[in-house]
Amino acid sequence: MAKHNQPQLDTSPKVSDEIRHTTCYMCACRCGINVHLRDGKVAYIEGNKDHPVNKGVLCAKGSAGIMQHYAPSRLRAPLKRVGERGEGKFEEISWDEAFEIATGWLAPIREKNPEKLAFFTGRDQSQSMTGWWAQAFGTPNYAAHGGFCSVNMAAGGIYTMGGAFWEFGAPDWDHTKLFMIFGVAEDHDSNPIKMGLGKLKKRGAKVIGVNPIRSGYNAIADEWVGITPGTDGLFILSMIHELLKAGKVDLDYLIRYTNMSFLVNQDKNSDEHGLFIRDSDGKEQVWDRVKNAPAAWDAKDVKPAMQGAYMVNDIACTPAFMLLADKYMADEFTPDAVADRVGISAERIKSIAAELAQVAFGEQIVLDRPWTDFRGQKHDQMIGRPVSFHAMRGISAHSNGFQTARALHVLQILLGSVEVPGGFRFKPSYPKPVEAHPKPHHNVTPGQPLDGPHLGYPRGPEDLALDENGRPKRIDKAFTWENPLSAHGLMHMVISNAHAGDPYKIDTLFMYMANMSWNSSMNTSGVMDMLTDKDENGEYVIPHIIYSDAYSSEMVAFSDLIFPDTTYLERHDCISLLDRPICEPDALADSIRWPVVEPDRDVRGFQTALIQLGAKLGLPGMVNEDGSPKFKDYADYIVNHERRPGVGPLAGFRGKDGTGKGRGEPNPNQIQAYIDNGGFWLDHIPESASYFKPWNMDYQNWAVERGIYDNVQPFVFQVYQETLQKFRLAAEGKGDIQPPEHLREQVRASMDPLPTWWEPFEQALVNKDEFPHHALTQRPMAMYHSWGTQNAWLRQIHGHNPLYVPTDIWNANGFQDGDWALVTSHHGAITVPVALMEALNANTVWTWNAIGKRKGAWGLQDDAPESTKGFILNHLIHELLPAKDDGQRWANSDPITGQAAWFDLRVRIEKTDPPPDLHSIPDVAPQESPVGRGPKNVEYGKEWT
Amino acid sequence: MTSLPQSTEKKLGLVIDLDTCVGCHACVISCKEWNTSNYGAPLSDMDAYGANPVGTFLNRVHTFEVKQDDKPAQVTHFPKSCLHCEDAPCVTVCPTGASYKRVEDGIVLVNENNCIGCGLCAWACPYGAREMDAAEGVMKKCTLCVDRIYNENIPQEDRVPSCVRTCPAGARHFGDFADPQSNVSILSAERAGMDMMPEQGTKPVNKYLPPRPKSDITSDITPALTAQSAETGGFLGWIDRTLEKL
Repeated sequence: MAKHNQPQLDTSPKVSDEIRHTTCYMCACRCGINVHLRDGKVAYIEGNKDHPVNKGVLCAKGSAGIMQHYAPSRLRAPLKRVGERGEGKFEEISWDEAFEIATGWLAPIREKNPEKLAFFTGRDQSQSMTGWWAQAFGTPNYAAHGGFCSVNMAAGGIYTMGGAFWEFGAPDWDHTKLFMIFGVAEDHDSNPIKMGLGKLKKRGAKVIGVNPIRSGYNAIADEWVGITPGTDGLFILSMIHELLKAGKVDLDYLIRYTNMSFLVNQDKNSDEHGLFIRDSDGKEQVWDRVKNAPAAWDAKDVKPAMQGAYMVNDIACTPAFMLLADKYMADEFTPDAVADRVGISAERIKSIAAELAQVAFGEQIVLDRPWTDFRGQKHDQMIGRPVSFHAMRGISAHSNGFQTARALHVLQILLGSVEVPGGFRFKPSYPKPVEAHPKPHHNVTPGQPLDGPHLGYPRGPEDLALDENGRPKRIDKAFTWENPLSAHGLMHMVISNAHAGDPYKIDTLFMYMANMSWNSSMNTSGVMDMLTDKDENGEYVIPHIIYSDAYSSEMVAFSDLIFPDTTYLERHDCISLLDRPICEPDALADSIRWPVVEPDRDVRGFQTALIQLGAKLGLPGMVNEDGSPKFKDYADYIVNHERRPGVGPLAGFRGKDGTGKGRGEPNPNQIQAYIDNGGFWLDHIPESASYFKPWNMDYQNWAVERGIYDNVQPFVFQVYQETLQKFRLAAEGKGDIQPPEHLREQVRASMDPLPTWWEPFEQALVNKDEFPHHALTQRPMAMYHSWGTQNAWLRQIHGHNPLYVPTDIWNANGFQDGDWALVTSHHGAITVPVALMEALNANTVWTWNAIGKRKGAWGLQDDAPESTKGFILNHLIHELLPAKDDGQRWANSDPITGQAAWFDLRVRIEKTDPPPDLHSIPDVAPQESPVGRGPKNVEYGKEWT
Repeated sequence: MTSLPQSTEKKLGLVIDLDTCVGCHACVISCKEWNTSNYGAPLSDMDAYGANPVGTFLNRVHTFEVKQDDKPAQVTHFPKSCLHCEDAPCVTVCPTGASYKRVEDGIVLVNENNCIGCGLCAWACPYGAREMDAAEGVMKKCTLCVDRIYNENIPQEDRVPSCVRTCPAGARHFGDFADPQSNVSILSAERAGMDMMPEQGTKPVNKYLPPRPKSDITSDITPALTAQSAETGGFLGWIDRTLEKL
């Protein structure tokens, strides 16, 4: 026997030559990272402990950044298409030639018809800059990806209380005692949620997960509610029924901080029916129950009534709270009435409502922090109700998602748990009510900038983007009667509308970071046909396509001209307060990326390329008076661009001396100051301003000092949403601007000023016996959207995506391990492998999103499982609904915001023979790879071992 | 065959909280990126972009579903790496002395210079915690980041295994089980830390904290709220009474 014998080890080996601090971009979470460099190469990436987002932790994607940065699928130089669209045949060209081609297409458009450029960016976080560019170009056709992501949640939150989840706000992880999480994509805000759940577990707080699928967060939830997809709104409204009935809502909070006491016009014949009663100054009125007279809602010492019927100026009116109570206390919202549809027993709905009430009203939290409200009233303490919520795409990617998101926000408000200790907290620059956001702008003047920012929040029918004949002014038909509040645009409709020439033809489609020929489109096969379709002259129906991507994605193959982007470690970026900030509830924060390694290819960060292209086009703001470029690159823009005097992309280290916070003139050393500070800037909110932000004068004053607002603007929550009622009045025939006849009923029904619920459109239209099941996708925590899938490490975790089938459907079909199924929707059919999952809603099947790849894409070998067995559900989903009785096909979107209703999909499933080659069907023909294929084997780091 | 030390001064190991692990694989990849360029040979990825990518990992997360009658199905994420057993069969089975347990801290390591790649240790490990690297032909296993935890080139607070430092949910804890007052000993005592497969007689050092009992949908019911009674004016009466108190 060999004796115990141990060698001498060096337990203090060298780790790296240098650590550089930047911001991760393996997903949209934006964690701080320490990049360890050795011999000029990336050796190790870890979380930055000082960073406000991740405080040192890092997820699987973040640690796999090495494989992303050195991915074989990286593009190497600008590309010009030489084959047919879709084939993937390209030649590498110089940047000069690339810009020459692009300006050759774009300059004439700008001169005559700026709207013939459709510029849509995907999952980037530079929308304040790309939107500014598009505005300077003059096209109305600009948006980012929110329309196919989560605009229902964002707009639902803004219209209700000036913010929603994620960038807008977060649960009070340190104080909450009961946390409910609805339908959260596990890659959204992923590290903060995981850290928060860890805190709750440590404190023994209860977690309730509401999701048809019990994976990830729901796996560790103390209670799992396997809800039927598309019924979250009904579930929430039924809990509101229970709370109201028992008097378990926070009346004091509703009076102080919401419009529930505002008097609503009840005269059905009035042109202002359903709108607030206002005095001659336009101030909303309440009924003072002590003086027994109307009064301005914010009058000193006013004591608003919360019930009763009144006459003000001969108009019958009642407090909005009465309308809310009448609506939700009706029998249609009793747990017994909704239980079958939501797939949760009435007993369980009542139990959860009771538990919410018990914690909210029985376990209130008191912090000894004095504060002063906007009425001038001083409070000795901050008192909170420790229930909190979080939700994302799961509840919003439905055709009833906007009203469902509103319902969830209203539930939080009724419990008095928004902006209080233990509840939901805003992250500055939020809260920001609708009034603090722009309206949409869409007026085009050839050769000139657009008349204002493209995207915004309409206040009424007068803000729609319609021409004098009522035709849509935007190619995506945003801000029209089909989807009046489409605050993020409708990227998913651009290609089909451009192909149809409806409302008009375009010349150039310019996109960034959006895999529209694959996993980011509904009806993927149809979209590929549209992109390759030619007219009678043999010309492409969509004449020119410019695309920017760092990697050889599916969309690259369908483009004519490619601007190759850098990896996230090679670029400058700013995670800006003007965009999607990284702030925390207790701090203002922003951050940068910078080239911690220099590119070894002829590539440029997209935003740099865009600024250089803008200068070549002579766009205002991008050239000096002599026509020379104003900015060398994106870094130059980040430092020197001012959106308003003293306010620019980065809030930290402003002013010549670098001491400005939020405001100050450009500081030429600003980026170095960020680098020296770990890649980010952080400014804590004073303790007295930490809660009650919309109404807290210390917060309001601090926000003005920091440039978040230009003036103090306290506001009350819009539980009753008057803007929606204005659209409804138009549908009822009132006012000058009215919807077309065929949309009247949809507008009237959907624009309810109080949250409501309707059956998801696809489900309501298809025969439920023919398509009996729901079908969903989820994104795994270890993979993000499309651009992680070729990652050599992550694809070993998620390289396969079977269709997960619940027990009853599995048994009914006699499925065995290794079986395949034919899955059919009203639009199409796919043949895919199946696997059993028991922790699943009994009527729902699902798969991981975007694991399936087209052969030839992403530098993978043709026999990679992602492109053989792998599949995407997108083939089953159409951008239009099945025909209605009148033969018309309506959009498969939310009728308020236009958000793509991905999760409304209904299918049937049948056992079928495996395809002979075991490739899922449709088996799309391969694309050529402009970058070759990845190496056979990898031994990363061998030179250091 | 190789002998184990009589005893070790410390018993370094991990506590893994199965009640908190969301199965995100952060620990898996952080381990991979640290260890592929540190202790011993790199962790290779064979057929990295092809049909059957197979890499060497020192830590993997397995996911299990459990369905009991009349209860909702449960999902448990189970991270698994070397447990640094006190009676480590992977050491005693080694024909060359390459596998060994460190006397000072109990970490089980492979001296790759002496490893002949015979694979006996992987057969002997009842947990499947060792992986033969296909490119280098040497046995790889969790080192508990022995090149981090004492490393003077790393800030003191970061001298923990890479998987522990990165875990977003805080489900992984590192410490000395020989010290009853250590963080891991206390956690394990408070939460009934479990040995994995104790019947194997390997005396694993790492401990698992079991998932806390989940609510039982059939029986854990909070009594429904009571409606405001009609005798006191129902809902409207409640509004009046509440407003009077404000």
